[in-house]
Amino acid sequence: MCGIAGIIYRNGGGEHHVGRDMTLMLQAMKHRGPDSTGYALYRTATPNSYVMHVKLAEANGHRDFDFDEKLRRQRREVESRVRELGAQVHDVQPATEHAMTMVFDHDGDLKRLADYVEDVRGVEVLSLGHSLEIIKDLGDAVTVATEYKLNDFVGTHAIGHARMATESDVDIANAHPYWAYPFPDVAVVHNGQLTNYHQWRRRLERAGHRFQSECDSEIIAVYLAERMAQGDSLEDAMRQSLDELDGVFTYICVTEDALGMAKDELGAKPLVLYESDDIVALASEEIAIRKVVDREIETYDPYESEVMVWTR
Amino acid sequence: MDQVTTTEEVLFDPRGLVELDATVPKISEIDGDSAVFDAHELTTRKINGELRWLIYELGIKNVTVKNPSARHSLGTGILSRCKITFEGSLGYFGCGLIDGPEIQVNGRVGWSCAENMMSGVVVIESNAGSLAGAALRGGDLVVKGQVGARTGIDQKGGTILVLGSAGSMTGFMMQRGRQIICGDVGPGLGDSMYDGTIYVGGKVKSLGIDCVPGEWTDADTEFVERKFRIYGLGSPPELQKFVCGKKLYNYDNLEPSERKLVL
Repeated sequence: MCGIAGIIYRNGGGEHHVGRDMTLMLQAMKHRGPDSTGYALYRTATPNSYVMHVKLAEANGHRDFDFDEKLRRQRREVESRVRELGAQVHDVQPATEHAMTMVFDHDGDLKRLADYVEDVRGVEVLSLGHSLEIIKDLGDAVTVATEYKLNDFVGTHAIGHARMATESDVDIANAHPYWAYPFPDVAVVHNGQLTNYHQWRRRLERAGHRFQSECDSEIIAVYLAERMAQGDSLEDAMRQSLDELDGVFTYICVTEDALGMAKDELGAKPLVLYESDDIVALASEEIAIRKVVDREIETYDPYESEVMVWTR
Repeated sequence: MDQVTTTEEVLFDPRGLVELDATVPKISEIDGDSAVFDAHELTTRKINGELRWLIYELGIKNVTVKNPSARHSLGTGILSRCKITFEGSLGYFGCGLIDGPEIQVNGRVGWSCAENMMSGVVVIESNAGSLAGAALRGGDLVVKGQVGARTGIDQKGGTILVLGSAGSMTGFMMQRGRQIICGDVGPGLGDSMYDGTIYVGGKVKSLGIDCVPGEWTDADTEFVERKFRIYGLGSPPELQKFVCGKKLYNYDNLEPSERKLVL
């Protein structure tokens, strides 16, 4: 079933409590999926400086006797590999026991950096960008927000996902949002099922893309990344996806300064839209939007085969 | 707005029911046979409990619910003649499974509004989500805004009147009843319908399987004008009529495997 949500503030400044707002929205949709919760949050970008979120191990994976030592080793290894590629590390934070956040300056190849870091066994780069931060973990929105201190996150826009696992496991690798590796600052959340997943996965793997999970939704992020690599705009890539991806889906894609939604040709998965001069909020259910706009509002469902993009 | 700190724990019993210990709040302001209450601080079961208490036990005929705040499953299962007004939007399954009431929603509704209605009237002032009037058996569902996909899926009676446009597969598998869509409709109109009539005012993106244009009669004019008159919607637009082509009717035919046995 899954619940998806997006919020973008149009009145500039970048000083909005998007972390808290997204938690309110996702918690209101907990009944759509309590397995895991994920956020893609954006703050005002700082040029040259990157934020990288890294998962060191699965939250519910096998833990042997030297698990703690292994995590410490991986933490050191990731840090040294980033430095090795010539990045100037400003900050290293242990987000939780099994995740870490790094802030660094880098002017080299991002794909190379991500690949080198992911070469450490069990490590996955959840997000890498000037302003994007992807946080995902098991549990409902309040659990994840408390663990990663997201209530204090101040930024410009965000998307989120409350997952009910249907096609793949309940773990962090299969949780949304997906970063459009190796594109900085692009992320996707999806509600639905893709039926030509294996076809696209083979195609994209031949084109040199890496997949971190068995989740069908990862295809969308990688697909959009591939199209944009070939010169398409975000909106064009999303329109193209309506023809090329099969199944039922509503997904929200987000970049450094834009937020877009696409709905399949059957209109099988829900999305409610609220637009005003200073905010655009979209969610699987209106009840989520009403958590951040607490008054009677005019909302509507976009129709089938629709693609919409808003910029901030 | 407050910081989010507590996890809302929704506990289900083995039957899948929630809030088993919900009590009727009894907070309505009652004036003769009318009552008003504010639902802002109440849970879904408390709101529905309050409605039942007012309508069934106190015999109130006219209830107004303030601040429904787009919550799901409000006003469901009311089986009595009464008038209910929601001063705001409803979520999914609003006013489902009802028999008798006249419901006014001054806002929008989510998916599956008035599903399985047996009789009564539901008037939505704004838009409705997908599956509006799903499996409708009787009564009138009037939506003054637009509706989503699969309006009146599996409809078995009653009338759905939409002033705006409708999405894909409107009237999917409908078996009886009528729909009047004043705006445009999406692809697959009346796909696999068995019977019933769909009137469309705007453009039809494409017809579904076995849905064909029908012949307009005086009875159609009378019906459409009557419905518009009842709900004070002015004069109806020019409409096209669509019915079932009955080409998929194969009830008397034998299955290929059976045919071999007979022959």
